[in-house]
Amino acid sequence: MRGVIVRISGPVVEAEGMTGAQMHEMVTVGKENLRGEVIRIEKDHAVIQVYESTSGLRPGEEVKGTGKPLSVELGPGLIGNIFDGTQRPLQVLAERAGVFIRRGINVPALPRDKKWHFTPKVKVNDAVYGGDIIGVVEESGLIEHRILVPPNIQGKISEIADEGEYTVEEWIAKVRMGDETRIIRMFHTWPVRRPRPYKRRLTPKIPLITGQRVIDTFFPIAKGGTASIPGGFGTGKTITQQQLAKWSDADVIIYVGCGERGNEMVDILLSFPKLVDPRSGRSLMERTILIANTSNMPVSAREASIYTGVTIGEYYRDMGYHVALMADSTSRWAEALREISGRLEEMPAEEGYPSYLPTRLGEFYERAGVVETLGSESRIGSLSIIGAVSPPGGDFSEPVTTHTKRFTRAFWALDKELADARHYPAINWIQSYSEYVDEVSEWWIENVDKEWRRYRSEAMRILQREDELKEIVKLVGPEALPDRERLILEVARILRVAFLQQNALDPIDTYSAPIKQFKMLKIIIDFYYGAQKIIEMGVPIFKITQIPLISDIMRMKSEIPNDKIELLDELYLRVKASLSELEKSLR
Amino acid sequence: MSIVKPEYLGVSRISGPIIVVDGVSGVGFDEVVEVITPSGEVRKGRVLEVERGKAIVQVFEGTEGLSLSETRVRFLGEPLKVPVSMDMLGRVMNSLAEPIDGNPKPIAEDLRDVNGSPLNPVAREYPRDFIQTGISVIDCMCSLVRGQKLPIFSAAGLPHNLLAAQIARQAEIGGEEDFYIVFAAMGIKHDEAVFFRRRFEEGGALKRTAMFINLAEDPVMERIITPRTALTLAEYLAFEQEAHVLVILTDMTSYCEALREISASLEEVPSRKGYPGYMYSDLASIYERAGRIHGKNGSLTQMPILTMPNDDITHPIPDLTGYITEGQIVLDRELYNRGVYPPVNVLISLSRLMKDGIGKGKTREDHADVASQLYAAYAECNELRSLASIMGEEALSQRDRAYLRFGDEFEMRFINQGVDEDRSIEKTLEIAWDLLSILPREELTRIHREYLDKYLRT
Repeated sequence: MRGVIVRISGPVVEAEGMTGAQMHEMVTVGKENLRGEVIRIEKDHAVIQVYESTSGLRPGEEVKGTGKPLSVELGPGLIGNIFDGTQRPLQVLAERAGVFIRRGINVPALPRDKKWHFTPKVKVNDAVYGGDIIGVVEESGLIEHRILVPPNIQGKISEIADEGEYTVEEWIAKVRMGDETRIIRMFHTWPVRRPRPYKRRLTPKIPLITGQRVIDTFFPIAKGGTASIPGGFGTGKTITQQQLAKWSDADVIIYVGCGERGNEMVDILLSFPKLVDPRSGRSLMERTILIANTSNMPVSAREASIYTGVTIGEYYRDMGYHVALMADSTSRWAEALREISGRLEEMPAEEGYPSYLPTRLGEFYERAGVVETLGSESRIGSLSIIGAVSPPGGDFSEPVTTHTKRFTRAFWALDKELADARHYPAINWIQSYSEYVDEVSEWWIENVDKEWRRYRSEAMRILQREDELKEIVKLVGPEALPDRERLILEVARILRVAFLQQNALDPIDTYSAPIKQFKMLKIIIDFYYGAQKIIEMGVPIFKITQIPLISDIMRMKSEIPNDKIELLDELYLRVKASLSELEKSLR
Repeated sequence: MSIVKPEYLGVSRISGPIIVVDGVSGVGFDEVVEVITPSGEVRKGRVLEVERGKAIVQVFEGTEGLSLSETRVRFLGEPLKVPVSMDMLGRVMNSLAEPIDGNPKPIAEDLRDVNGSPLNPVAREYPRDFIQTGISVIDCMCSLVRGQKLPIFSAAGLPHNLLAAQIARQAEIGGEEDFYIVFAAMGIKHDEAVFFRRRFEEGGALKRTAMFINLAEDPVMERIITPRTALTLAEYLAFEQEAHVLVILTDMTSYCEALREISASLEEVPSRKGYPGYMYSDLASIYERAGRIHGKNGSLTQMPILTMPNDDITHPIPDLTGYITEGQIVLDRELYNRGVYPPVNVLISLSRLMKDGIGKGKTREDHADVASQLYAAYAECNELRSLASIMGEEALSQRDRAYLRFGDEFEMRFINQGVDEDRSIEKTLEIAWDLLSILPREELTRIHREYLDKYLRT
């Protein structure tokens, strides 16, 4: 199919003579073969969003169809790599075209010349189904890449490659499907807008441990769950997302920089290889895939970037891995949608966004989940999605935030006031929520402590109470409160400073293991119980606030490393002792 | 390519800065046009949208004096290119890099597309070299690094120009490396342009400065080009000549107003407050041109200045800017009225790249802790101030009163400094420790104990 351009308006191009074009078909546009996607068809007219700059494009130039929808390549070579929104490998682009991104350069996403060591897992005549593992490749020190039979293929293995070195394009297996023989290579392609199939969905129950106390303890996300982080500029969305990318106990991390800063992507590119995964001792880059479509790169490729990310995520999920995807920021994606919609002269809904914004958001977040994968041997894999939202003016009532809230189950509201007080992560504990608390309780009880739920609730109660008391203090001052309420204020302060605040730049504090989180919480809450008892005996509050050990509690997060948890037990005993001493002194 | 460019007589519509030319063929999107007025004047423009037989053109120098039948339009077949040259340093030019200082045209070393190209993220070098501006509140609390984009959020009547000029003068790097200033003025008042010129002259910086001026009275449409022309030269200086370049863009608010004007005349669907939905991407195409490139010595640091309409930081212009830039320096009317210069509102100012630009070997080991503690203490002080205003200071505890005293001295001795006062980072940290000694030691929980032992005076 060959059409002719009749109109160009920014990234949107209209062509005629496009009879036979399919919706979402990839096309090449103009003399420079710019890549685009069909987004509307009317008789022989097609509207195309072009993924590269359309500067200089002229009416009359040709548009050619490819017959395929916008797809990504799935196979070894993804891990540790950085791609743009339509999966062009940025490293290769830089080698070919220099420091600035040039258009019209089409390079395959996966390296064609690299050889991978393939170890077969099936024999000739084995029956295989979509999703079955036919062999493995060591993709990085952390990831064994399982070569899957593509979902739409099943049959008997007629040939299988011997163990050895192969490129992604060489055949590694042949499958007889009825009369025809299908060739299986180490990679296959998949359309980004179509979710990959699985056998069935399961309930998310295992927490995604992030090492961030306010998240894990108060507003947890489960593996296979969804969370959103809305916040105005400067409230720390990106740093929170990066912390999650660094420390989450997922097997594979996909970080989508969608319409954000170039320097942030470089920061990840430079810092991740040096960071060590606390569980395996290997470089974090060995489990990370970056998708970078920075704010100055073409807007329609930004629209595609989150689909590219999520499709790659589903692919690793299908291998039986736990994958976490961070999208920073989904608002920029929504704005790209708005820009294209505006150029199509569609009827706008709220604030100029198209009326299908909620549908698209819903479809995106619904691609998260814990699933039993396809294949004759079932595997469990999960894909968790954490989306940052950048509400204009920090106003959470705007369309992207409100719709995202409907489709995500954990909501981490970033607060300007907390950020201004340099309380990081600036997650507001009154506004935030997680619907996963019940589901993940069981894991905490089994793996950490049977009293987890009680301590967590007590801490939440204290923080809630502080919020109410603060209103009163504003009117009458703290002196007017009874000592038992002033104690709540004091303990809430300790909770805020010693527990909720967490310094991403401090080498110890940056990650708290679950057991450390719990023991810290227990020290603070049991201190509260002890102090409460003494206050009821008539001891004035200043005797409590003057206990020198409070400053040790304040510093435990950065002074006690995860591998010296016994120091927390020791501190616990010292706190107990100092309270009982105070109690004794009364008698 | 043929030398004769297609030329058309007559336009079918003139609306604001936009003209529609019918019957055209072979016109490319985004290409440059020359519009010849009935009186023979040549103006530049750009193709905004093209259909078969029809082009929508935006005229930079305005459509005044154009008529439907007598206007001639010539399509040049390429995107807008501007000359770049080392000789532009020390010169004053308009938005299209034509000299307006009465001296002859500098000899172009190259012609470049004003829009530049997006930098491949993998080619970027992460900015981590501290720039000492000599201004305590910036150096200590929101440090600037080479290759950063750090805007000043100001408002009408606040001394943003004074501050920008002071930074430009003092931010010099001591070494033998080249340091240049590229200054782009969009829709500023005549007096402001004169002010900057004079300040640069006084500091002897003028010969290292290239100025691109679009005054408030100049055509609105040229404003869209001004920052791009300036950045095209800056990129040439930074990445070709490998110099360190500081770009000052003022006033981005006028720029955004111009963007809205064009959008409205194209009858586009508006988003917030009538600004176009693509304003974020458009601003990003300017701000993201800051940075460093792997393997090159130079750097392009941006300091855009914008005036917040009605002092409102949630207005789309500061809001979208803040989402793109790496922090912001916010000026505060209340502080200014109290006589504090520079009136930087520390609590909402921020430098995102600070963490990697400071510390041992760069500034000093205790810098990060001190900055964090100053923030926390000043935030606490502000909370106590509102409490004190209700109940009176006497009702507060001794600790609380120490915070209030800290806050006052912090504003007067730390934030406040002279317009020509150039403080070293050591001097700045010395003042900071002096102020922290007002607070009880056990309050200083954000500072590692070893630094407390080393630096805190008792």
